[in-house]
Amino acid sequence: MSQSAAPVLEARQISKRFPGVVALDGVSLALLPGEVHALVGENGAGKSTLIKVFTGVHRPDGGELIYNGSPTAFGTPLDAQRAGISTIYQEVNLVPMMSVARNLMLGREPRGRLGVIDTARMYGEAERILAGYGVVTDVRRPLRTLGMGVQQMVALARAVAIDARVVIMDEPTSSLEPREVETLFSVIRKLKDDGIAVVYVSHRLDELYEVCDRVTVLRDGRVAHTGPLAELERLKLIALMLGRDLDEVRTGGLTRFSRDRRQARDRDGAQPAVRAEGLTRRQVLRGVDVSVWPGEVVGLGGLLGAGRSETAKGIVGALPLDAGRVVVAGRPLRTGSTTAAIRAGVSLLPEDRKAEGIIPALSVRENIALAALPSLSRAGVVSDAKIDKIVDVFMRRLRIKAASPDQPVQELSGGNQQKVLLARWLAIRPKILLLDEPTRGIDVGAKAEVQALVDELAEEGLGVLLISSDLEELVEGADRILVLREGEVVGELSGDDVTEDKIMASIAERGAESDG
Amino acid sequence: MTRSPGREQVSRVLQQHGALMVLAALAIVGSIAFDSFATAGNAASIVVSSSFTAIIAIGMTFVIISGGIDLSVGSLFVFGGVLAAYGSQYGLFVALALPLAACGLVGLLQGLLIARTGMAPFIVTLAGMLGVRGLMLAISDEGATTYLVKDSAFARLGQGGLLGLTWPVYITALLAVAAMVLLQRTAFGQNVYAVGGNEPGAALMGVPVARTKVYVYLMSGLLAGLAGVLNAARLSSGVTILGIGLELDVIAAVVIGGTLLTGGAGGITGTIAGVLLLGVIQSLINQVGNLTSAFQQVVSGLFLALVVVAQRLLGRAQRLG
Repeated sequence: MSQSAAPVLEARQISKRFPGVVALDGVSLALLPGEVHALVGENGAGKSTLIKVFTGVHRPDGGELIYNGSPTAFGTPLDAQRAGISTIYQEVNLVPMMSVARNLMLGREPRGRLGVIDTARMYGEAERILAGYGVVTDVRRPLRTLGMGVQQMVALARAVAIDARVVIMDEPTSSLEPREVETLFSVIRKLKDDGIAVVYVSHRLDELYEVCDRVTVLRDGRVAHTGPLAELERLKLIALMLGRDLDEVRTGGLTRFSRDRRQARDRDGAQPAVRAEGLTRRQVLRGVDVSVWPGEVVGLGGLLGAGRSETAKGIVGALPLDAGRVVVAGRPLRTGSTTAAIRAGVSLLPEDRKAEGIIPALSVRENIALAALPSLSRAGVVSDAKIDKIVDVFMRRLRIKAASPDQPVQELSGGNQQKVLLARWLAIRPKILLLDEPTRGIDVGAKAEVQALVDELAEEGLGVLLISSDLEELVEGADRILVLREGEVVGELSGDDVTEDKIMASIAERGAESDG
Repeated sequence: MTRSPGREQVSRVLQQHGALMVLAALAIVGSIAFDSFATAGNAASIVVSSSFTAIIAIGMTFVIISGGIDLSVGSLFVFGGVLAAYGSQYGLFVALALPLAACGLVGLLQGLLIARTGMAPFIVTLAGMLGVRGLMLAISDEGATTYLVKDSAFARLGQGGLLGLTWPVYITALLAVAAMVLLQRTAFGQNVYAVGGNEPGAALMGVPVARTKVYVYLMSGLLAGLAGVLNAARLSSGVTILGIGLELDVIAAVVIGGTLLTGGAGGITGTIAGVLLLGVIQSLINQVGNLTSAFQQVVSGLFLALVVVAQRLLGRAQRLG
């Protein structure tokens, strides 16, 4: 990589606004030919938006895009692709039911007489191209019958085969086996040698340090850092991503969690509220053990994609597991069944409350009562009086601000929607509550109220598993923290060790398998 | 996870050629059980009566593979027939051109609505189905006027033939072969599979999604109209009471033929086998003297349910191996 070469693709002061959100705020990034450029940042940092500006999905509101030295505006993804910018998405974006060869050659099939596709030549060419990527397979087979690694390679081969000058890879290894990752890396190095610029988006630090030359860190829609990667310490990189100053000595006090950390209770003889052992799911979880005792708040730390939400979903049966078991109050839970989990007293407040939680058009009352209906009815007939009572209790206790219990939930603020959801799960009187980003996207006041409530619930003896990308919230809210990385628990912090620095250090530790 | 290629291949063959196998099995059973079943006359009658459904089903196969549905074909079939009979008083050319232009236009409009506005194919073609039947009633005095075919050249198109089979059978065969080539060996065909298999992915791969959809509905409209035209020639009149519920028979035949209702997979051979299969079931029930033809629908319905269940299971087998 030579610093003097002119950038092949350059973003200059790009801005992009969506209703209510500034996704990109004056972002500049220069991509040099033959470099592998890491693009990192947490949820909402603006990575996806920037990629979508590069690939013609979004048009920037401000700033300009310089491609090959001249200002460019791509109208559609197809325009960007024709100009030589190819993208490989996290989920393979091919047609699963079509054959490997037809996927690879779609849009540029070799023609024979009468303009009819020459299938023999098409299969031959597909085989030849894939062989270059170390993939030997029957190209007539439907794509979906092959492993994810092979599918990813087909996507990559397709992306590069259309004379790409820039290849953007969005979490390309998220579904690959280690051996397949190696093949991918050797392909990336080959692209580099050919002078193709690669944008590499990943949360796996080991991978970034292995293949990337430079890095750009995005945070809240702005560039937090850009520069050579090798010179940047891991810890520093994580601090940049999470928006924490390493030198800042934190004494905290901004959240509404009580300052005293509850000491680990005497656990001899006592049973954990929930004990999950060896939760395993291909590509996502690799044997996660989590226990939460009654009256304890356990935090799950880690970067995006580390397997935090998946752990919570695995426990409540919302994510099919390949292996592992969940024991609630000494009794094993049938995994893969949310009904069984709810009956046993395990509740999950999901991360995406719009998609996985509230039912927007239904009233506050109906939303709160939903999960508790079986316990509020006799012979299938729901008791209105009982519902009214429960709704009243929770609306007061959680200070839900609504005109009346009959107001549709979609008219409430984000914070109040979150409280409605919380009420729904508390209404079934859970033994353990799993909270996935309970305060994301809600205003400061509601945030403090939710935090105070979590504290209160734990005091009352509820076991809480707290997932938060907000390190401060995690440190102040949790009594004990498990740090996850790439689907594994890599550290457990308790007592005085529960600090932001220790969490970051734990995330930054080199993965054992990539040492040397 | 290890995959067993053998099992996966078996399930794929079953998916693609299951209808053909059942068709062969039923034909054999029918031949053994009923003396009058395996006669040239009976075979010809099955093939001739199936050919009209088959023409429509060819268009429907493209629509369903692309991930859509076309409920307007039954109405277009009868509309095309009435227009053809009406047009035949002005000669052969008008008898052909008028209905094809009208039905093609309806298909084109439906395609544009679906592709450009993102409206659900189900709704758009349901509107088409109602609207076109209304049009047909309007030009036939609420169905009271049955136009008779005046042009003998046009009538021969539906009634004449070769070797005991009428021209519509040969036209169907030609169309089927052309459709196979179109689907398997042209960029357009690949685009149809890609749009039905993964629409956002196809768009990202540069497939002209909207244009592909427009062509698919245009084709379906044209073919439904053509089937109506040929049927009018066969009957020598534009019968106004035909085609009610025909779209459902056609969809059933396509699905029985192994085309996935969810789009992305299927083929013409399966569709032809599916159409013939329904024809054979009808014929067999006719052979059993004391069963009314209503039972044909019961059997077809049961068979369809069976096929859909089998498709789910086979699809799962292919994915998990």
